[in-house]
Amino acid sequence: MSKKDEVVVLDFWVSPFAMRVKIALEEKGIKFEAREEDLLGNKSELLLQSNPIYKKVPVLLHNGKPLCESLVILNYVDETWPSPPLLPTSPYERSVAKFWADFVDKKIFEGGSKIWKSKGEALEVAKKEFEECLKLLEGALGEKEYFAGNGFGFVDIVLIPHISWFYGYEQFGGFKVEEQCPKLGAWMKRCLGRESVAKVLPDPAKVQEFICKLRKMHGIE
Amino acid sequence: MATAAEKGVVLLDVWVSPFGQRCRIALTEKGVEYEYKEENLWDKSPLLLKANPVHKKIPVLIHEGNPICESLLIVRYIDEVWSNNPLLPSDPYERAQARFWADFVDKKVSECGTRLWLKREAQEEARKDMIEILKLLEGELGDKKYFGGETFGFVDVAFVPFSAWFYTYETFGNFSVEKECPKLVAWAKRCMERESVSKSLHDPHKVYEYVCQLKKKLGVKE
Repeated sequence: MSKKDEVVVLDFWVSPFAMRVKIALEEKGIKFEAREEDLLGNKSELLLQSNPIYKKVPVLLHNGKPLCESLVILNYVDETWPSPPLLPTSPYERSVAKFWADFVDKKIFEGGSKIWKSKGEALEVAKKEFEECLKLLEGALGEKEYFAGNGFGFVDIVLIPHISWFYGYEQFGGFKVEEQCPKLGAWMKRCLGRESVAKVLPDPAKVQEFICKLRKMHGIE
Repeated sequence: MATAAEKGVVLLDVWVSPFGQRCRIALTEKGVEYEYKEENLWDKSPLLLKANPVHKKIPVLIHEGNPICESLLIVRYIDEVWSNNPLLPSDPYERAQARFWADFVDKKVSECGTRLWLKREAQEEARKDMIEILKLLEGELGDKKYFGGETFGFVDVAFVPFSAWFYTYETFGNFSVEKECPKLVAWAKRCMERESVSKSLHDPHKVYEYVCQLKKKLGVKE
C-alpha cells in the first residue's frame, strides 16, 4: 500500500451508516479525513459527483476513487487493508456475519424511524416490531462477547452506531433496550469501551436533539 | 437436517423466483451438482422454516448441513467455496463496484416491478421509475459484452433473471424495454446463450401468466 494513500469519508455526524465506515478505518489504523456534508441543506458538488445514484453519505474516496453504500465500503476496507480482519475466515461463518449485517441494514434504522415518527397505536406496533428485531439480534449474539467468534468485527461495526439513536427511540417510545435485551445491553457497553467506537459515536443526547428537529420537520408533536 | 443433505448441496427454491435463479445460475456456472427442492410458499416446509427462521424465504442453500440465506450472499458463498470460474473480479475496487451494482438491482428492480404489476396507485410513477432504473443499468453495461466485462460475472448473475420479467414489466407498464434500453435486451440474449442461464430462466410469457394468476389469488382488482 502506498504511504501516500489518501482516504476521505464524506460524512454526516449523526449518520450511523457513515459511523460504520469511520469505526472500520479506526480499527484498521488508517488515517482519513472526514468531510462533513450539510445533508439538511446543500449537498456538496463532490458528493453529488461521487454518488450520483443515491446522493447519500457515506462515500469513501480512496485516492480519489469513490465507493458508495456502507456495507460495500466495509467489505472494500476489509479487503484493501486486511489487518486486523473484520470478517471470519471460513466461508460459512462469513456468510453468517454478512447475513446479520444485512439484517441490521434492512431493519434497524427503518424500524427505529417508525418509532420516532409514530404516535398512539402505530407507535405500539413500531415498538413491538423493533423489540422483535432486537431479540433476534440478541439470539444471534448468544453468550458470545461479540457477534462473530473471533473478536470485535463486521456485525459489531454495522450495529454499534445505531445505539447512538437508541436513547432517542427510548425517550419517544417509553422503553429501555437494556431492560428488554440485557445481553445486547452488555454488548453495547463492551463496544463502547473500544477506542474506535468511543471516538466515533456522537453523544446520544445530541442525537436525541437532532431527532426532535426531524420530528418538527415532519410535523410530528 | 436430513442426512442426505449433510454432505451435499440442496437448494430450497421456487421455480419462478429470480432470486432463486441467481443461485441456480451460479451453481451451474461452477459445475456444482445440487438437489433442487421446490417450495410451496403458501405452505412452507418444516425444512425451510428451520433453515431460514428469520425471513422464512427462499432461496436457501444448504451445504454440508449449513443453511445460507439471501440470494446475493448465497452467490458470494458459492463463489468463495468453488473458486473455478470466479464471478467476482480479483481487484478490490472492481469487486466493490460489482457488489454496488448487484445491490442496486436488489434494492430497485423487484420493488419497482411489483409496483408496476400490482397497479394499485401511481402507475405512471412506477413506469417512469422502472425506465430510469433500466437506463441506469444500461449505462453501467455500456458497450461491454457482460456487466463483468469479457467474462460473465456477479452483476450478470444478479440481474439476468429479471430479464425474464421484462415482458411482464413492459406489458403492465405500457412501454418497450427494447425501445428504451436496446443494449440491455442484446445483453439478455447473449446471456441466454449460456447454458446456466437458459436452463434456469423460464419463458417470459409463463412469468406473465404466473403474475396474472398471482394477482387473482391476491384479489387485486384490474
